[in-house]
Formats: sequence, C-alpha cells, structure tokens
Amino acid sequence: MNTLDQIEASYLRDDIPDFSPGDSVRVHVRVIEGGRERIQIFEGVVISRSGGGVRETFTVRKISFGIGVERIFPVHAPILQKIEVTRRGNVRRAKLYYLRDRIGKATRIKEKRD
Amino acid sequence: MKAILGEKLGMTQVFDDDSRVVPVTVIKAGPVHVTQIKRPETDGYGAIQIAFKELPAKQITRPSAGHFARAGVPPAKHLVEVHVDDPDEYELGQQISVADIFEPGQKADVSGISKGKGFAGVMKRHGFSGQGASHGAHKIHRAPGAIGACATPARVFKGKRLPGRMGGDRTTVMNLDVVQVDGDRDLLMIRGAVPGPKGSVLVIRGAVKSG
Repeated sequence: MNTLDQIEASYLRDDIPDFSPGDSVRVHVRVIEGGRERIQIFEGVVISRSGGGVRETFTVRKISFGIGVERIFPVHAPILQKIEVTRRGNVRRAKLYYLRDRIGKATRIKEKRD
Repeated sequence: MKAILGEKLGMTQVFDDDSRVVPVTVIKAGPVHVTQIKRPETDGYGAIQIAFKELPAKQITRPSAGHFARAGVPPAKHLVEVHVDDPDEYELGQQISVADIFEPGQKADVSGISKGKGFAGVMKRHGFSGQGASHGAHKIHRAPGAIGACATPARVFKGKRLPGRMGGDRTTVMNLDVVQVDGDRDLLMIRGAVPGPKGSVLVIRGAVKSG
C-alpha cells in the first residue's frame, strides 16, 4: 500500500451501506445553524456514483414542490450522519441521467427482486 | 529562515473539521542533515547546507564522499543551501525533521521544477487571447498576431513574448497552507498544488510574505 492510499484509508468510513444507482436513500446530513447542530434528511433516488477512494461521490435526485433537486455528497464525508437505503432499484445503467428528462409516472424504477 | 527538502508524492483530498473537502499535496519531507554551516565571519553570510535522500556509498564520488564524511552524515542525493539568520543555532550533522519546523496552520512557500510542456504557443505560454474562431479567420486561431510596427523600429523588440519552450523552470508557489504534519512518517500535507511531477524534489520554506 503506498503512502497516498494509507492517507486516504484513514479517511474512509466503514459504516457506509452498500448502495448503487437506482436505489432510494434517506441521507441524514448534519447541519449547523447558529452554533446548533441538527439533522436534515435528503430523500431521493441515487442517480450516479462517481470517483474512487476518498474522492467517491454520489448524486441523489428528488422532486421538491415540482422542482427537480439534485445534491452531490462525498460518500465518506463526516457531514453524513448515516445513509439509509429504503428501496433497491433494478436499473440497467450506471448513470440515470435520463430521469432528468422525465416527469411523473415515467420516473418510476422497478424494484429489485432477489 | 527554516526550510526542508521533500519529494512530491501526489495529490489527494482530506476532510477538515467542518467536513469540508481540502485538496492537498502530500510531500515526503526530510529528514535532512546539516552538511555545512556558513557563517558571516568566514563566508560573508549565514546559511546552512542541507542534504536529502540517502544514496548507496558506491554511487557517490570520492570528493563528495569526503564532504559528507566531514559532517558525519550518510551520502545524499540532493544538497541545498538555505539562508538562516543565526547559523550558530545549527551544528554539523544535525538531523532536521519536518515536525521540527512546520505545524498545521502555518504558511509555506514551495519551490520546484515545473512540468515540461515542450514547445508551446503564445496562448498557453503567455495567456494571449488568440484570434477569432469565425469572421473569416483562416488557420490563425491561436496565432499571436502582429509582433511589432513597420519601418520604425524595423525590428522586433527584445523580450517580445513569442512561442517557445515552456515549463521545466524553477517555480515557487507562495503562502500555501500547511494542513497536516506527520513526524513519524515524515509527511507534510499542503493545501493546493505545487510545481513539478510526482517524485520531483521540492524545497519547502516558511512563508516569507505571510500576514
């Protein structure tokens, strides 16, 4: 293991659940407002995972009051209190950017059956 | 002025206390040995010479082997002289490690040899804006344009910025933040990019213009 990997390894979190694009997640984000910390939940569909190691990020998309909202989180960021996977999606590609062009019923994702 | 030599290992990112992403360059810094001390009385100025990166004895020439033997340190590949205010603070053969001179939160200047870019045009080398992509421009999109007047002065002025070899120069980046110092592994993490490819040798000094 080279030195850079060692440094990155010390920042990797081992409490991240296994999830992939198509899954629905609830991301618990620590928010500091006026010196007080509280948890904000961002709930939506994972439409991409990108990067590797400590640089890995994932994108969550949700529809908020009729407006599409996407938020990109670093997977290993300490700001994430936890990630809950609420539903496993069955999708055939790694990046679900096509969801941006669809609304309503067309954005449904099949649930994964084992 | 305090300084140390190091080898650039590469870049990565870490999270700070506020959970923000900090881009860092990881440098294997030191340990270095003092191989020579220059004093104002004898040399006219105060400086120390530091040596970095040990070499096998058979790779060293007889004259330089004597130089290292005099300081009582193992032969090293890189020698650099650093100006110091009071050379008497140092002694011959003294080992300096990165934890002795830097701590997180300080500012540092980093010098190194920048990556060679080969023969570069004026847009890349000097930041010229180039010429139009359209409006009838033909094969001159990245050309410099006019380089001087006509019969007066009937020559191109010296120093005119033109295409040529770019990179491979000694470059200094000033006032970079020291993010982390690891004395056990001799590692230094500096916020942002520093000159040169991975594996190149850098001089890291305390910032001269900070504050």
